[in-house]
Amino acid sequence: MKTAKTSKLLLSLFSLALLAGCNKAEEPNKPASAGASPATSYLETIKARDKLIVGVFTDKPPFGFVDESGRYVGFDTDIGRQFAKSLLGDENKVEFVAVEPASRIPFLQSDKVDLILANMTVTPERKEAVEFTNPNLRVAVQALVPEGSSVKHLDDLSDKTTIVTTGTTADIWLTKNHPDWKLLKFEKNSESLQALANGRGDAYAQDNLILFSWSKQNPGYRVLEEKLGEEAPIAPAVKKGNIELRDWVNAELARLGEQKYLLKLYDQYVRKELSEDTKPESVIVEGGKWQG
Amino acid sequence: MASSGLELLLVSLPQLGRGAAQTLAISALGIVFSTLGGVAYGVLASLNRRGLNLVLRVYLELFRAIPVLVWLYLLFFGLPIFFALSIPSFWCAVLVLSLWGSSEVGEVVRGALRSLPLGQREAGLSIGLSAWQLYGYVLLPQALKRMTPPTINIYTRIIKTSSLAVLIGVVDVIKVGQQIIERTYESVLIYGVLFLFFFFICYPLSAASRALERRWTHA
Repeated sequence: MKTAKTSKLLLSLFSLALLAGCNKAEEPNKPASAGASPATSYLETIKARDKLIVGVFTDKPPFGFVDESGRYVGFDTDIGRQFAKSLLGDENKVEFVAVEPASRIPFLQSDKVDLILANMTVTPERKEAVEFTNPNLRVAVQALVPEGSSVKHLDDLSDKTTIVTTGTTADIWLTKNHPDWKLLKFEKNSESLQALANGRGDAYAQDNLILFSWSKQNPGYRVLEEKLGEEAPIAPAVKKGNIELRDWVNAELARLGEQKYLLKLYDQYVRKELSEDTKPESVIVEGGKWQG
Repeated sequence: MASSGLELLLVSLPQLGRGAAQTLAISALGIVFSTLGGVAYGVLASLNRRGLNLVLRVYLELFRAIPVLVWLYLLFFGLPIFFALSIPSFWCAVLVLSLWGSSEVGEVVRGALRSLPLGQREAGLSIGLSAWQLYGYVLLPQALKRMTPPTINIYTRIIKTSSLAVLIGVVDVIKVGQQIIERTYESVLIYGVLFLFFFFICYPLSAASRALERRWTHA
């Protein structure tokens, strides 16, 4: 008799202890469901919360990284601050959430962020899952090889080992278009570059901006001319179906374009990374106007 | 290099400190809840009630079979999508580590209780102890000695596993390290610091466990 009572008591204690974390679940800053009711404007919801929640990279210079003082900065991150300034009157009324390449889409789908500004390449598959705004950057995938390598063309890589970073456009494109190529995958861009430097692979396929930047700082490498696939736009993204916020971001990008703001960010973060003869237009898309 | 490395460390110290605080807070809460949950699980399992055992068994197998990473994803991203229930990333990490840790500690407690001679339980009951008294004064104190070493091992695993929370947006000490590495390419230095951090958190735990074991065997 007594043990039965005890077990019930213990069971409830047990669940209490485990669910203690759950009780704090009322997150004051949680973005409201996008377009749940057309009557309430999503922008008004953000204004009521008085904070824009943006998912950014925190370890991908120059797009989103942490400076020496621990502040989130970068090409994408600073655009997020401009959005907050325009919507809420203060560029500090923004909460940055650190995202990983693989968690960007879930963060939008689960309403954990309003906006993803994390160097996301527009692909047909991703278009199904999220609502892309107009682009802010352009990218092509290319391959980096050591200066003395015998590799002259992309096809020369078919019987070699190509390094990719897991989940990147290069990884996805090669897996789909050259499933027979031998790929060596790493989780982080820095690990992939280290692997190439250590000779663990013959080439590193990645977004060309990253490769240009690395080869400028580390002489002894060259980027193959040929591109892996088409040049693609990189764009901010909002939750699928959140047309209101998408249109607002597009209008903001156009407004920033009039100020040549992206060029300013390019000068601040990107120009020093690239060789002198790089044209800003080959990297940034001012005003959201894509010209393929 | 040596001086610039030192400078980098000094400049990065506040940032690393914030990451370390996240790692320590999540781990500490995870350890506390895992211990409470584990003891409750172990006691309930030792009662040998069929219906209850089935529930505990299902719970155990769910956390044994499904990786912690998947649980993090399910509870953090899945609950808002399917049940409109949003748990902040920090508490979601604590919750998942606690549920997983409870199943691990629980099995240890169950085993320790079962290993006690049956006479202990019978003697306690025969002098009229209540169930609370039986477990509180007789069974659990004896089981404690047997469960301490494996439980400490689980604690160190909880601390190390806490780094998975980065996938749901928690900026723990390892993530801070990666942020610094991707900016400076000083991977050896930063991973050296992380090595020392985890070593000096986990080593005292195992040292304490060994010291306790020694004291108990000689007492």
